[in-house]
Amino acid sequence: MKEIVVISGKGGTGKTSLTASFAYLGGEDVIVADCDVDAADMHLLLEPDFEEKEDFYSGELAYIKQDQCIRCGKCAKVCRYDAILTIHNVFTVDSLSCEGCGYCARICPTNAIINRKPIAGTWYISNIKTGSIMVHAKLGIGADNSGKLVAKVKAEAKEIAEDEFKDYVIVDGSPGIGCPVVSSLSGASFVVIVTEPSVSGLHDLKRVYELIQKFKIKAGCLINKSDINPKLTEEIETFLRIENIEHIANLPYDEDFTKAMTNGQTIVEYSNGHLKEMIDKSWNKIKQLVTNN
Amino acid sequence: MKIAIASGKGGTGKTTLSSNLASYLAEHREVVLTDMDVEEPNSGLFIQADLKHEEDKFKMVPQWVEDKCTLCGICQKVCNFHAVIQLGTMIMVLPELCHGCYACSELCPESALPMIPKKMGKLIEFRSDNLHFIESRLDIGEEQAVPLIRQTRNYIDKTFPDEVIKIYDAPPGTSCPVIEVTKDADFVILITEPTPFGFHDLKLAVETMRKLDKSFGVVINRDGIGNNDVMDYSEAEKIPLLAKIPNDRIIAEFYSKGQLIYKEVPAFRHELDGIIAYIKTLKDLKQ
Repeated sequence: MKEIVVISGKGGTGKTSLTASFAYLGGEDVIVADCDVDAADMHLLLEPDFEEKEDFYSGELAYIKQDQCIRCGKCAKVCRYDAILTIHNVFTVDSLSCEGCGYCARICPTNAIINRKPIAGTWYISNIKTGSIMVHAKLGIGADNSGKLVAKVKAEAKEIAEDEFKDYVIVDGSPGIGCPVVSSLSGASFVVIVTEPSVSGLHDLKRVYELIQKFKIKAGCLINKSDINPKLTEEIETFLRIENIEHIANLPYDEDFTKAMTNGQTIVEYSNGHLKEMIDKSWNKIKQLVTNN
Repeated sequence: MKIAIASGKGGTGKTTLSSNLASYLAEHREVVLTDMDVEEPNSGLFIQADLKHEEDKFKMVPQWVEDKCTLCGICQKVCNFHAVIQLGTMIMVLPELCHGCYACSELCPESALPMIPKKMGKLIEFRSDNLHFIESRLDIGEEQAVPLIRQTRNYIDKTFPDEVIKIYDAPPGTSCPVIEVTKDADFVILITEPTPFGFHDLKLAVETMRKLDKSFGVVINRDGIGNNDVMDYSEAEKIPLLAKIPNDRIIAEFYSKGQLIYKEVPAFRHELDGIIAYIKTLKDLKQ
């Protein structure tokens, strides 16, 4: 079983639309993991049935029992996150600032502070229209620990893939280079980077590739909207050559991306022209690269 | 006044709006633009300004002092993030997991874990006439954006007076980094695309802003694509619609080259005027 992670560094490059298309083309052979947990969108294209659902508890959140609090203020003094609020000499915890280190509870002289395990999100196992299964999640609003929820979604998807002897897990990662991305990348067999020829696209590609190198994972790159700026597309191609990143394909700026999405469809279902053909070829190339790797 | 520009979904135009709005405003008044997307900062690609100041940013992490340690195990027990681990007769600190809470350091009976600074990124300040531009950049491999964002906010508070207008370019999403950026904003602009992805992620962003009790408005980018869901929703939820930026390939092309759009596309500048007019009414309300 091979794990293919699709990321982009920069948001809005077409990563999710392409991942969903690959999942569609791969059909029953591909288990899908939507690891962009704080803005998960894949379910809008793949018609999941939300068959199984489980809450995800992670981290801790301090809670002050008012009847035991003697208002000594020690908790506020040790908190590095300014999460202890004092209003009219009543001490409470700002749940959005609390990072759950538990320090305040440990030093409270009357044990008035307890740690609760908050629901950090919900994750689902769904049957999807490709004839396969998708593991996806919804992070709680403002919740911490998105990296851990990503790890959970991935672990579930991998387990299903192994149990059912599937060939691939395809992971839709999140933008950026922080903890959710690090969680998405760990353990991957191959990374597909979706970029665009804009100054931001190239800048973010370079940063995210630096991160990928730390994991020593082989990477390939798709340049989407490549005709928007042919000069920058060339610059990206040069970067790929120098860094020995597989150049998978150049895709055109095409409003079918949006039209397919608006129809609740993957691009390969909606479009049957040249674009579909190119995505088809890209998927075959990715499979080949993953197998040879 | 602090205005944060956020989005939920990535790639909807946060950086385009922040850099253009700040530059346009700076034609007539002092403005501070800050790129708070410390994982992937891009605003600087659109701003031409002179370097004024540069400083490394550090987070505090514990360092084990073997001589003092009695291997009592308290540090490992009090660390909720598994960043301090006892391995045989050794204490190992994993700085990337450390949240800098000081519990291990201050609760160690032998003071064997003093906190020391570890570099996590860099803050750079530029200036061009009225426009101050600040960029913070997380080092590759650092996983936590929040401490750097927090320090960047503090830097701005102490460097610039309250009356200067401040624009924050936020990271995408709705999790902790976005909360850290929008926390002390007076107003949040949520920019989205009128597509199913944009709409879905806008709803999450709205939920987040409501939880934070923020005053906010919506800007639709690439108006004309997708469908009417974002419009209908904003209307039904009584969220002010500040601007509709037309879908135009020429905008994407200028953006791709790192050019400011308002100087080239009058329709875009007109939408910025609408946003500025709205912001001015907010200011009056506050005074």
